[in-house]
Amino acid sequence: MSSQAPQYTIQDDQQDTATLVLCGEWQQGQHAASFSSVKSELASRHCTHLCVDGSALGEWDSLLMGFLLQCHDYCSAQGIAFDTHNMPNGVDQLLAVATAVEAHPEEKQLRSSWLSRLDPGRLAKELVEHLQESLAFTGEVTIALLRLARGKANTRFVDFKNFCYQAGPHAFAIISLTSVLVGMILAYLGAVQLKQFGAEVYVANLVVIGMLREMGVLMTAVVMAGRTGAAYAAQLGTMQTNEEIDAITTMGISPIEFLVLPRMLALIVIMPLLTLYADLLGIVGGGIVAGGMGITPIQYITQGETALSFAHVAVGLLKALVFAVLIAVAGCRAGINSGRSSAAVGQAATNAVVTAIVYLIVADAAINIIFQQLKI
Amino acid sequence: MTDVKPQPSDIEIRDLTMAYGSSVIQRDLNFTINEGDIFVIMGGSGCGKSTLLKHMLGLLRPHSGDILYSGNSFFQASESEQGAMRQRWGITYQSGGLFSAMTLAENITLPLELYTQYTRAEIADIVAYKLALVGLAGYQKYYPSEISGGMQKRAALARAIALDPKILFFDEPSAGLDPISSRLLDELIVQIKESMGATVVIVTHELPSIFAIANNSVYLDNISHTMIAYGNPSDLRDHSTEPVVRQFLTRSAAAAIEEKS
Repeated sequence: MSSQAPQYTIQDDQQDTATLVLCGEWQQGQHAASFSSVKSELASRHCTHLCVDGSALGEWDSLLMGFLLQCHDYCSAQGIAFDTHNMPNGVDQLLAVATAVEAHPEEKQLRSSWLSRLDPGRLAKELVEHLQESLAFTGEVTIALLRLARGKANTRFVDFKNFCYQAGPHAFAIISLTSVLVGMILAYLGAVQLKQFGAEVYVANLVVIGMLREMGVLMTAVVMAGRTGAAYAAQLGTMQTNEEIDAITTMGISPIEFLVLPRMLALIVIMPLLTLYADLLGIVGGGIVAGGMGITPIQYITQGETALSFAHVAVGLLKALVFAVLIAVAGCRAGINSGRSSAAVGQAATNAVVTAIVYLIVADAAINIIFQQLKI
Repeated sequence: MTDVKPQPSDIEIRDLTMAYGSSVIQRDLNFTINEGDIFVIMGGSGCGKSTLLKHMLGLLRPHSGDILYSGNSFFQASESEQGAMRQRWGITYQSGGLFSAMTLAENITLPLELYTQYTRAEIADIVAYKLALVGLAGYQKYYPSEISGGMQKRAALARAIALDPKILFFDEPSAGLDPISSRLLDELIVQIKESMGATVVIVTHELPSIFAIANNSVYLDNISHTMIAYGNPSDLRDHSTEPVVRQFLTRSAAAAIEEKS
């Protein structure tokens, strides 16, 4: 088989009729002439009839078909009559199938340019929409909670139990690891500074207060946002994709009561417990470092006891409750409002974690400022 | 494709037994799909039609037996040979299998970029042509979730024919489509098959489709767990010695009752 490059020539047979003669092998690996050059030649001729002659064509594949389709579309757009002669077997048939349905008219604007994404007006609008969505969601959850309190909600206890189990015992290992390490980090940080004053023993105070009020609950919340919050978003997003949420709604059950409440309540119950566990392990971790610096366990415990107060524990637990609600709201909202494709489920999970962590830090700062003012 | 020698695209199923663990789905399947056939794999729900298709696609390994493409065993072939065989196939999955994170154009571009030497501009032209073939011209920038179920099926077909395959596999192509869309899809399959000269293998239990397009078929029975009929579906309807097959093909209620018992 001679490998002849694909070529075309345009002949003017009669007035108003142009013949496009194709020859050579129109298949992959051969660099065919692009249609734009044909288009410019045709445009200069002002013909009203284009005839494509394929008698000299060799081997062909979809490359030829793509070219012919463009010829056809150009001609019909310009009002030029189009026909083919002596085409190889199958070409006319494929062309007929390809041109049977008219092209979808408007070209959709796919992605806005990155510049328009930075437009402050648009960003502000998106932020407002986001806040509105979160507020509306929080409102719906509140109404559902009130219904639950009156015993009217469609919330299944067995769901709640399962979610407690998933959020709690399954998270022990990772919470243990992070809280021991955070306790050790706190102790190191404090010990280096306190050593300058010969006050190493106060490391115990630092670790106890730091873990109870701040680090224990914050680290637990960050882990839970990544672990449980993202899982909630992915579960609900998949249910949205599967039309399960539609099914729940049309059964007359509120998805908020049925899906969101058990998840949120499970987190509200589990988070304080995990926080206490994290606090304890963090203090143990601090003790290990203190031991390495020559503070005996007895010294560490007695010194730690002087720092321990109910207020510190209570502040930590209160934060745990607030964080639990925030993580559940961020995760469930992202899941329920997810789009219906697998990509959208991934976005929902990312969205859930990012939103939850932002909420956590903002709420933590706010709570600290309030307690500072109240001197608790 | 340029570097693959033209070969007859017949498929031979030889002593194939399929099983999940110890539960046998179908045993001792023996049949041939000739080049240029529109071949239907039929049978009641749960008889193993889709499982057979998955074996033919190499997604599942046979418990015993073999599947030969143009005389070459798929499962004894090396990975690169299997890859070469797979390039000659076009597959549409039951729920489309379109990549939801990509536009239709990107879905069709992917195999072309991976396996052909076309230039970027040529690929764009070919993508436009493939979409036009399935009646979706102009939908390049749409995501699968933005078009209807019937359009998704056709878009999946456009991706399946991207590489001008020699064998086209369809898993329940008309499931979930209205009768008109389903008929149009059948017609499209026939037109594309005839103009591309491909062999078509379809898993379906839609009787109108079976009689409209198939010229050969196999019936998998879910009671005896083997094939009990092979041949042209219209002939099987009128002359099969197996009452179950006649009942299936004439949609008589007795078949349903018998299956339950």
